[in-house]
Amino acid sequence: MAAAVELRDITKRFPGVVANDGVHFEAAEGEVHALLGENGAGKSTLSNILTGLYRPDGGEILLWGQPVSFASPRDALEAGIGMVHQHFRLVPPFTVAENVILGDHRGEGKKFMVHPRRIERRVAELGERYRIAVDPRARIWQLSIGEQQRVEILKALYREARILILDEPTAVLTPQEAESLFETLRVMAEEGRTIIFISHKLHEVKAVSDRVTVLRDGKTIDTVATADATPRSLASLMVGRDVSLAARVERGNEVGEPVLEIRSLWAQGDRGGDALRGIDLTLRAGEILAIAGVAGNGQRELAETITGMRTPTRGEIVLCGRRLRGGDAREAIRAGVAHVPEDRLHTGVAPSLPISSNVVLKSYRAGSVTRGPLLRLRLIRKYAAELIHRYDVRGGGPEVPARQLSGGNLQKVVLAREFEGSPRVLVVASPTRGLDVAAIETVHRYLREAAEGYVGVLLISEDLDEILALADRVAVIYEGAIVGERDARSATVDELGLLMAGASE
Amino acid sequence: MIRIERRLAQPRWLAVAVPLGSLAVAFGVMTVVLLATGHAPGHTFSRLLDTGFGSKAALNETLISATPLLFTGLCAAVAFRMQLFNIGGEGQLYAGAILGAGAGIVLGNHTGWLSVPAMIAAGAAGGAALALVPAILRAFFSTNEIITSLMLNYVGALVVNYLIFDSESYWRDTSSPTAKVFPQGKNLPDAASWPVAHTTGFYVPFGLLLGIVIAAGIWLLYTRTRFGFEVQVIGDSPRAATYAGMRTRRKILAVMALSGAIAGIGGASQDGDFRHTLDPRGLTAAGYGYAGIVIAALARYNPFAVCLIAFLLGGLQNAGFALQGADFPSGLVGVMQGVILFCVLGGEVLMRYRIRFRRTARTSEATA
Repeated sequence: MAAAVELRDITKRFPGVVANDGVHFEAAEGEVHALLGENGAGKSTLSNILTGLYRPDGGEILLWGQPVSFASPRDALEAGIGMVHQHFRLVPPFTVAENVILGDHRGEGKKFMVHPRRIERRVAELGERYRIAVDPRARIWQLSIGEQQRVEILKALYREARILILDEPTAVLTPQEAESLFETLRVMAEEGRTIIFISHKLHEVKAVSDRVTVLRDGKTIDTVATADATPRSLASLMVGRDVSLAARVERGNEVGEPVLEIRSLWAQGDRGGDALRGIDLTLRAGEILAIAGVAGNGQRELAETITGMRTPTRGEIVLCGRRLRGGDAREAIRAGVAHVPEDRLHTGVAPSLPISSNVVLKSYRAGSVTRGPLLRLRLIRKYAAELIHRYDVRGGGPEVPARQLSGGNLQKVVLAREFEGSPRVLVVASPTRGLDVAAIETVHRYLREAAEGYVGVLLISEDLDEILALADRVAVIYEGAIVGERDARSATVDELGLLMAGASE
Repeated sequence: MIRIERRLAQPRWLAVAVPLGSLAVAFGVMTVVLLATGHAPGHTFSRLLDTGFGSKAALNETLISATPLLFTGLCAAVAFRMQLFNIGGEGQLYAGAILGAGAGIVLGNHTGWLSVPAMIAAGAAGGAALALVPAILRAFFSTNEIITSLMLNYVGALVVNYLIFDSESYWRDTSSPTAKVFPQGKNLPDAASWPVAHTTGFYVPFGLLLGIVIAAGIWLLYTRTRFGFEVQVIGDSPRAATYAGMRTRRKILAVMALSGAIAGIGGASQDGDFRHTLDPRGLTAAGYGYAGIVIAALARYNPFAVCLIAFLLGGLQNAGFALQGADFPSGLVGVMQGVILFCVLGGEVLMRYRIRFRRTARTSEATA
């Protein structure tokens, strides 16, 4: 029998890079097939080709043995390919049912008048069958991130997708939620659907897939049966050399005086409502304190409030004994708070501006780079070139717009700028999300060095592996409050996962 | 079947090919229109070119038409750079014309050449003041500045008409015999006439030179200074600006005031360079402010490109006036100008998207 999906010799070039270079990929019906690779290995490009977003420059796509060519995502949808993107494609004010038929050009979705009841019934049925029930009449903005992901899956099922692609689906889930997602995927595979699971997390690939195809530098490296592979063997296939897997490295430095004290801090979210409900934290010099939690439980608001981007409604932020007024980023920067934001591309840098502008994003007022009202552009370029060299930023010189850098190199630019400001406190949010193994190692090394340099590091992350590898202490945030604190050396994924799901002490 | 797809990269040749292609299409469409209305296309095109750019006299006229467009174009470009959509150049120009004329009349001939800088300052203040209304609303109440600034254009037009036609204001001429028959503004004193640079048969209005200096100043401000750096960051990513501790509100006020001030100087230049009175009819009929938005868009907010495009559009406008006549109705002139602008702006789409023609929905073609 022909494979459900077969990609032969797919090549896709972008200006300056070959994203896919003769990629072969093949997945059978009823299989969960993992696509593993570092960021920039060509996974996203390949899935974009398979979903009709990009057209390959060369090669063939075969579905059940038939060659096909997609000119747009709609063609791919009609051919039975569904995709669950990392960033959901949902309309927040619409109901679940409305989102499900959005862009559906068959049956109900095609009609001028929509019959919500019929769609709602079908959505409820699907939800029950695959154990991903969501109230079809709920509006998207009322749902948690995990539930929104279910809606995306329901969307694909409703359109009778035979092939479902999931792009890093577990990034937004607790370990327990991820486990239940895996159950759903297995049920779907047993029915004869083909699941393509894109990830760079080895233990997940190991847990859920039947086979793994590893991509590196735009090429297919190998396809192996998951049962025969170990996380270690997969990692070396992925990176191309032997790697140490997120082993905990103990730092020798001592922990000093408190540098950041947060006392019953409250703040509102973007939609109103309290996003932070009385947070108490103490961060000491030379310490890495991690904030664990499922995305959307107040982490972003916490980082923004500490760094002055958001005004607290109540509570105190005390930095090295001095109380901050709050709500003023310039005040926080001057007091020595550095911030590596979650959204590096639109908050951490001005994406269209060159690297040279972005390295002085916070220091452009300083006397060292100005002469009166004028900026000393040549000096700034030289400084940028020096940082690019020192932090090993690859992908361009000072003149290159920040958006052209890969995630890892962009993060290095942000880190370089923040470290150069000689901070007392470093607030980092999801610093390694979307980065490849090599870049993750680098970022982790920098964070350790910062702590050794007696900076207090507040690490906000959804990645428990990262937290357990780096942090000294872990505090778990749930619905805007700290629900528990553990010593990171002895904490387990299970107990943290339960706290993240809201189980109280 | 036709599909429109986003371009992943913009090849360099497009930047040349698209505008030229757009013009070719424009002339094609105009040929059809002209033939249909019984005019000789070839003759009309050569007259269009001649009367816009073909002689010294034509070029002098073009420079006059280009002057207000330069100011309103810069007004729009300055604000658009920070993603502030100041659509109120029109009204800000009126405000500048009102205060500029007022300053000229007040000073009379007593202060000599000081009248000129005083008018410039008054015009700038008028434009800035009007622009600050949407700026304050935007900065402190997150009101959409497109709507508020647009609405103030109507207010500006009503005020300038009121001053001459519906009141006995300081600007209105109530003494001369003609003014008794038809309401008109006071004539500005001689000292309020702006100088003209005169070389080898060309007459360059002072306002035009001033506009070019302002364009250079803006370029310097936006590329070389801390102020410009902040504007660039805010325009590119407001969140990054907040993150970096920039004072976004203040910058909104400053940039809108600057934008309005430039349009206001354009209004004062209308008084001082050309009209020598507060002329509501002439000002409100011309639509300089709206043309400025088109110019800024075509110039991609680059101040030097604004100079060039204002000149070209000035020529087109001026040629339009010259073409009109008994055998060539003004409506047809408007159609031709419209077709050119429409094609050039429409062509911009091709810079970012490509159009694909295909036969059926699901045939394979890439692998052959």
